[in-house]
Amino acid sequence: MTTHYLVLSALLFVIGGVGVLVRRNAIVVFMCVELMLNACNLAFVTFARQNGNLDGQVIAFFVMIVAAAEVVIGLAIIVTIFRTRRSASVDDVNLLKY
Amino acid sequence: MGETITFWVLAVVSVSAALGLVFSRKAVYSALMLGTVMLSLAVLYAVQDAPFLAAVQIIVYTGAVMMLFLFVLMLVGVDSSDSLVETIRGQRFWAVVAGLAFAALLGLGVGNAVLSAPKGLEAVTAKGNVPSLAELIFTRYVFAFEVTSALLITAALGAMVLAHRERIAPKPTQKDLSRARFVEYGEHGRNPAPLPGPGTYARHNAIDMPALLPDGSVAPLSVNRVLARREAAEGTLAPEIAAALEAEEREAAERTADRHEELVHHASGVNGSGPNGAASNGAGPTASAAPADESPATGPETGEEAK
Repeated sequence: MTTHYLVLSALLFVIGGVGVLVRRNAIVVFMCVELMLNACNLAFVTFARQNGNLDGQVIAFFVMIVAAAEVVIGLAIIVTIFRTRRSASVDDVNLLKY
Repeated sequence: MGETITFWVLAVVSVSAALGLVFSRKAVYSALMLGTVMLSLAVLYAVQDAPFLAAVQIIVYTGAVMMLFLFVLMLVGVDSSDSLVETIRGQRFWAVVAGLAFAALLGLGVGNAVLSAPKGLEAVTAKGNVPSLAELIFTRYVFAFEVTSALLITAALGAMVLAHRERIAPKPTQKDLSRARFVEYGEHGRNPAPLPGPGTYARHNAIDMPALLPDGSVAPLSVNRVLARREAAEGTLAPEIAAALEAEEREAAERTADRHEELVHHASGVNGSGPNGAASNGAGPTASAAPADESPATGPETGEEAK
C-alpha cells in the first residue's frame, strides 16, 4: 500500500510542477505550488506509517504552518503587483528583466 | 480492504481534480479543484493513522488557505483568465515533456524501492495520536515550534506592510460626493438621486420586474441592464421594457447632440469675446449653466412621469 501512496504523491507533485510551468495566472501558479506542498505532506505521512515513526507527521505539520505563512505573503505580493500593474499575469512582471 | 477502496476512490478523485486545477480556464474552478484535492488528502491522512493532521488539513488548508485564495481571486478579478499566447515558444510542450520525465524518474525511484510491510504507528502512539504528537512537538521539536511563531508573526506583519496603501489624495467627504453628483447632473443630466428599486410600484418585487411610474409606464432607471441584455438575447424581454429602454437611449442621444451643438456655439462665442476668454473659469459656469437652461425642458417631462 505504501507504494500506492507514494505514486499518488509523486503524481500530484508532477501535476503541480507542470501547472507552475504552464499557467500564467499568478494565483493559479500559487495554487499549483500548494498542490506540490500537499503532495509532499502525503509522502511524509506515508513514510511516518511505513517506518513506525511520528517524526514524519510532525514535519508535515510544520510544512502546513510554513505553507500558511507563505500563502499570506505570496497573496499580499500578488495584490501589490496587481495594484501597480493592473494584472495578475506572471508575464507582465518583467521590469527586473533588463 | 476498506483502506484499499478508500485509496482508489480518492486517488482517482484527487488526480483528476489536480488535472482540472491545471487545465481549467477559470481561476475559480482551479480553486474549487484544489479544495477537492485537499479534502481527499485529508481523508487519506485519516486513513493513514494521522487524525490530527487530517483535522489540521481541513481547518488550515480547506478553511483558511482556500478562503484566502478565493478572497484574493475576487479582489484581483475573477475574469483574469490566462492568455493562450506563449511568451517562450514551445514552453507548454517542453513543460509537459519535463513533467513526464520527472514522473518517470519518481516512478522508477518508488518502483525500485524495496519496502517491507508498513510498521504501523501503534507502538509509538500508545497514548493516542494527539498526545504523542504533542510530546514530540514540545520536546524534540520545541525550538522549531518556537521559531514557527516568529515566522507567523513576520508573515502577518509582512502582509500588513505589503497590503497597506498610503492615501495620496484626501478622502472625499459626503459634501464632495454630493457636489460631484450634482455637477454630473448638470453636465450630463445623470440622475443624482439613488436608483429606484425594482418593482417599487409594480405588482412583483422580483429583480427583473421594472418599477412602474405612477402613470403605469416603465421607469427605465429601474431596469436591470444586465438582465435586460440577457433577456433581449433570449428574446424574452417584455415589450414595454424594451420600449422604455429605447426611448431613454433616444433621449440620451438627443441630449448629447444638443450638447455638442451648444459647445460649438459656446466655443464660437468665447472666441468672439476675447477678454472674456481669459477668465478660463468662465467657460465652466456657462457650460454648466447651459444644461440648467436645458433641464427645464427635460424637467417637465420627468415631472409629468413622476406625477
